[in-house]
Amino acid sequence: MGFTNRNRIHVLAGSAAALLITLAGGCSRSGEPVVGQFKGLDITGAPYGKDFNLTDHNGQERTLADFKGQVVMLYFGFVQCPDVCPTALSRAVETKRLLGADGERLQVLFVTVDPERDAAPVLKAYMAAFDPSFLALSGDLQRTRDTANSFKAYYKKVPTGSSYTMDHSALSYLFDPSGVLRVAMRHEQTAQDYAHDIALLLKTP
Amino acid sequence: MKKITLSLCLLAAATLAQAQVTIHAPWVRGTVPMQQASGAFMQLSADKTTRLVAAQSPVAKVVELHEMVMDNNVMKMRQVPGLDIVPGSTLDLKPGGFHIMLIELKQQLKGGDVVPITLVFEDTQTKKQFTQEVQAPVTALGGGNMPMKH
Repeated sequence: MGFTNRNRIHVLAGSAAALLITLAGGCSRSGEPVVGQFKGLDITGAPYGKDFNLTDHNGQERTLADFKGQVVMLYFGFVQCPDVCPTALSRAVETKRLLGADGERLQVLFVTVDPERDAAPVLKAYMAAFDPSFLALSGDLQRTRDTANSFKAYYKKVPTGSSYTMDHSALSYLFDPSGVLRVAMRHEQTAQDYAHDIALLLKTP
Repeated sequence: MKKITLSLCLLAAATLAQAQVTIHAPWVRGTVPMQQASGAFMQLSADKTTRLVAAQSPVAKVVELHEMVMDNNVMKMRQVPGLDIVPGSTLDLKPGGFHIMLIELKQQLKGGDVVPITLVFEDTQTKKQFTQEVQAPVTALGGGNMPMKH
């Protein structure tokens, strides 16, 4: 079996897999090959995205440990975003639906990169418009910056006319039930892709 | 007063005569209270090359034309000066691409509301500007990326 897997990795190594391996360290903690297992980018073993310390929209301090036993899907976004954030949250609703009963073990976290405008009541109402179980997280400007840095997530305030918008990474990060960062999903991927990877992670002991 | 009425009539007549843009499936994404911005989407087509140069709406203090692009997994949104409508093809304002950005909203936009939007066009050949009004129904936030079904 080991031989087959090694061959497969060699065949793929010239292409995108090389990138995957570079970014992800190639193997999961238990050592089995992971290339091709996830629809998203396997980032198991990534040196970033270890934890966060933010306040949820109900005023409660949150760290990753609060969500042990669940798959966490963490997304950076902002409420004034007309397009990519609602699309991502709608997809999260659909993903949860596709998971059926397992959907109860999915915790969607929305970290605002625009804490100046996204006050807790707005965040709370915004989450409720999609699914009341989704939690929005925020920090002050410094904590927001530190959190994004610790996830290698990019965001930038950009003036537009009389206002401003936020450029931001549109990746969704998936943590397994033990709280380890495993997968980065791209915005272009479907709810089916998301549900596939989350279902795999839910099987992780 | 008469003069003003007359000019308004002439303007209205001119606008009617120049109604050269067909607007299809307009919709606006709903908001939650205190949310300050949202997007409007629709399909535009025209018999003559026409440029969408601006928009206005009573529900927003500022209305801008925007483009959303994904650049190496980073979402970027930028104001654009205008959008060309070429005969034979449709200018699609949709999530993931061009849209009309409603900024500094004066009210919450609820599912089922109708948002009037005045589109300002420029005839590319004559450089004459004209406006067309569209009534865009609101799709409730969380209701998907589609015009609301009637």
